Amino acid sequence: METQIALEEQMKLSSKIVNDFSITVATVNGSGSQTSNSAILRAIFKMGIPVSGKNIFPSNIQGLPTWYTIRVNKDGFVARKKEADILIAMNPATFSEDLESLVPGGAFFYADDIRLSITRDDVVAYPMPVKQLIRQVDIPSYLRDYVANMVYVGILAQMIGIDLEKIRQALEFHFKGKAKPVEINFGVVSLAAAWARENLEKKDPYLLEPMDATAGLILTDGNTAAALGAIYGGVQFVSWYPITPATSLAENLQQYLPKLRKDPQTGKNTYVVVQAEDELAAIGMAIGAGWGGLRAMSSTSGPGLSLMTEYLGLGYFSEVPVVVWDVQRVGPSTGLPTRTAQGDLTFVAFMGHGDTQNIILMPGSVNECFEFAWKAFDLAEQFQTPVIVLSDLDFGMNQWMGKPFEYPDQPMNRGKVLWEEDLEKLEGKWARYRDVDDDGIPYRTLIGNRHPKAAYFTRGTGHDEYANYSEEPEDWHALLNRLKKKFETLKPYLPQPVEERMEGAKINLLSFGSTEPAIQEARALLQKEGIATDFTRIRSFPFTDRVKEICSRYERNYVIEMNRDGQLHQLLRMYYPEIASKMISYAYTDGLPLTAKQIIDFVLSEER
Amino acid sequence: MSNGVSHTDVKVVVNAVGLTKADYRGNPSTLCQGCGHNSISSQIIAACYELNLLPEEIVKFSGIGCSSKSPFYFLSRSFGFNGLHGRMPSLATGALFADHTLRGIGVSGDGDTASIGMGQFKHLLRRNMRLVYIVENNGVYGLTKGQFSATADQGLELKSHGINPYMPIDIAWEALVGHATFVARSFAGDPKQVKELIKAALNHNGVAVLDIISPCVTFNNVDHATHSYAWGKEHETALHELSYVPRAEEILLEYDEGEVREVELHDGSMIVLKKLGQDYDPTNREAAMKVLEESNRCHCLITGLIYIDPNQPSMWDIYQLTETPLNRLREDQLRPSRETLAELNRVFQA
Ligand SMILES: Cc1ncc(C[n+]2csc(CCOP(=O)(O)OP(=O)(O)O)c2C)c(N)n1
Ligand code: SF4
Ligand SMILES: [Mg+2]
Repeated sequence: METQIALEEQMKLSSKIVNDFSITVATVNGSGSQTSNSAILRAIFKMGIPVSGKNIFPSNIQGLPTWYTIRVNKDGFVARKKEADILIAMNPATFSEDLESLVPGGAFFYADDIRLSITRDDVVAYPMPVKQLIRQVDIPSYLRDYVANMVYVGILAQMIGIDLEKIRQALEFHFKGKAKPVEINFGVVSLAAAWARENLEKKDPYLLEPMDATAGLILTDGNTAAALGAIYGGVQFVSWYPITPATSLAENLQQYLPKLRKDPQTGKNTYVVVQAEDELAAIGMAIGAGWGGLRAMSSTSGPGLSLMTEYLGLGYFSEVPVVVWDVQRVGPSTGLPTRTAQGDLTFVAFMGHGDTQNIILMPGSVNECFEFAWKAFDLAEQFQTPVIVLSDLDFGMNQWMGKPFEYPDQPMNRGKVLWEEDLEKLEGKWARYRDVDDDGIPYRTLIGNRHPKAAYFTRGTGHDEYANYSEEPEDWHALLNRLKKKFETLKPYLPQPVEERMEGAKINLLSFGSTEPAIQEARALLQKEGIATDFTRIRSFPFTDRVKEICSRYERNYVIEMNRDGQLHQLLRMYYPEIASKMISYAYTDGLPLTAKQIIDFVLSEER
Repeated sequence: MSNGVSHTDVKVVVNAVGLTKADYRGNPSTLCQGCGHNSISSQIIAACYELNLLPEEIVKFSGIGCSSKSPFYFLSRSFGFNGLHGRMPSLATGALFADHTLRGIGVSGDGDTASIGMGQFKHLLRRNMRLVYIVENNGVYGLTKGQFSATADQGLELKSHGINPYMPIDIAWEALVGHATFVARSFAGDPKQVKELIKAALNHNGVAVLDIISPCVTFNNVDHATHSYAWGKEHETALHELSYVPRAEEILLEYDEGEVREVELHDGSMIVLKKLGQDYDPTNREAAMKVLEESNRCHCLITGLIYIDPNQPSMWDIYQLTETPLNRLREDQLRPSRETLAELNRVFQA
């Protein structure tokens, strides 16, 4: 702790900024900076300080610039912040641009082999002898490049006060306890920290001090949370096709399923994961499996979802349970595949042929990614229809703090399924599409049911209650209306909106998905400006009645979302035309997560 | 009984599982009279009846087309799913995982398989899913009224569509190249062969492709077209006479030694091939390619079991599932314990 004291001595004169700043690490994509950045992030988290980490990366495997931003905030506001207070410049190509982006008084750490001039005198510049330090490490030369990025970890740790022991623990997490890589990487970190202690003089104001604001919390990404939630929801069948940012969802399933879901006696599998040839096949398999009675899912993003639309439309119409995660990204084709958006909402809501509606769940935290992952199966099977979970890249691939995952608090709901003994009791008298319980939800049987009356023929053609072919106008009409009734029945079972009140609030900030951190930060700052706000986060579609009750209360509901056209705003006005004039749209998309400042500026411009 | 007919009076022929042939029937066909697809449906019924399979242990799948409608016309006591155009392979793959004790029969058309569905068809083969995959091949799109399909002969002239300028796709060839482990070709006008091939296919531990020329009497029955009755009858050359012999059944067929070849399937059942003239070995992939290539060159219809590899692992061998079908597993087998989640939380915690 001697160094800590020395640092503080130095800092006595200048003002300190403690636990409230953001760090941007500028590297070249593919240079292996991920380990370094996660080590910094998790070490800060382990020091008890609220933190988040976002990867702003290009669609490229190697060579293009990439930025990792870490937001440290003692009050827990960890949305993206545009400005960088500390910048670590490892990429010559963006060196000058990075230097410009720094706030006045900011700290600029740069690899000293980048021979470019420091063109600002209002920042503190720290050269880092990366190459020179790495040469001193006793490892095979082919490994040197991999660990070079650990140099900035060590130097930063020394200069802002990251506990080295926490960095070691973070590396142990990253390497899943494998001793050798932890030792090698940590060796570099220690060496670099020692070098900084001897050679650099602290001149910037940014410091970390341990807190206990993260005790008991977890740090993870939405795709990991979703995969685990699905496993605790009893997922049995996963078929998928790689697409950023959904890929790591399926890969996490592949990683965790073998550990969690083998039959303990026989070691045999209770699950199936198939990497399909495309999304057309991925959804075909999932629909087949859902029809066969398995908890089936796929994960994809916008372009994949369009390929899945035809089968999902058939799934809605022939009443097949299936869960699809749409981890949203930007645009068609390649678009901006590594950037985030909330642009699929209206598409997903009605995706299908003719009159279609889909259940959409919209998680707003990593905890809800977990929770909705298991709940989605219950809803899909209870209501025999596809359920789409709308996540986005910011959730899927970035690191978020959350509460520990909560074990499902309800037994599984497998829906209305008739097995042999049920048909025995009914003397074989049943009809696949008959509304027996007057709730729009029929009964189904599953393949393998050996009762001679169990079978039925599933089809996309018009059908009667017995699933027989029918072009009778009344059959078609009745079928469509029963499906509508089913969607009325299901509303109370969908997650209700999250509501937060503030003393004296006359306006409501309304959103869905990953924008909550930016909105919460904006609310706190708006309050300081004298504007109290309530907050509502919608968590499902079709909208529950509560959504209308809430919106009716306010003269102005600011509908905040990351797309161009204000899709949530569109849907709300469509469903509630009588209160449409109470809805104000703030829709903005540029591929990056929203910031509090954007929201504040908009609300102030409207309110003043 | 009030009508005076007691059950003992009626002689009902049943198979070894106590079912009559009627128990294997489907709904009345709405396809055209004389459509090749109908005769294939009859042979599916006959094969399942003769193999003593319970209809409840079979699941039917199809894509879209006249051919794909036909699963409604056989095995009413079996579950069925008439899916999307060209995408029955994925549907069947997912569904069959629900209960690995079941056998799948998929019916497709040449449009359904060789155009929109080519991708899924090829990938089904690669995975060697246990599924009988029947292509009812008529060289046209029947259901959309007679456009050329990708298997139509080059130069074929049809009244409303002119002359087909493109080269045909050969489904058996595609199957072989795609590593199908069972490839057969037959002709709807040869019911005995169709039936024996279906029987053998049903017992194959993997994907079994049956490319069955099945004339469309409405849109493509011009006598010189490969997919017509007249041409098929005239040009069919069977590679062998063929019988399927279930396991534990004595081989009663009498063939002269030297003329008979037996192929043992995974479960010990046999396919007995009686050679016709040439010395053909259906376990030799290279030879199979040669036979197909030659038949294309001489423009003749080679039928029979073209290729079989009974030893490739099927998807079941690869996936190692619990003995209990997945769709009968209980909640406690699917939801890991609380303790495991607590342990995971500890790893992610500060
Ligand atoms: C996605 C899609 N595109 C087009 C169609 C229209 N369609 C229905 S059947 C068919 C062709 C069927 O041809 P084939 O598979 O050869 O069956 P056949 O009727 O000849 O037995 C087409 C194009 C469809 N149902 N779905
Ligand atoms: S149109 Fe052709 S393929 Fe369709 S049912 Fe009639 S004969 Fe068969
Ligand atoms: Mg056809």
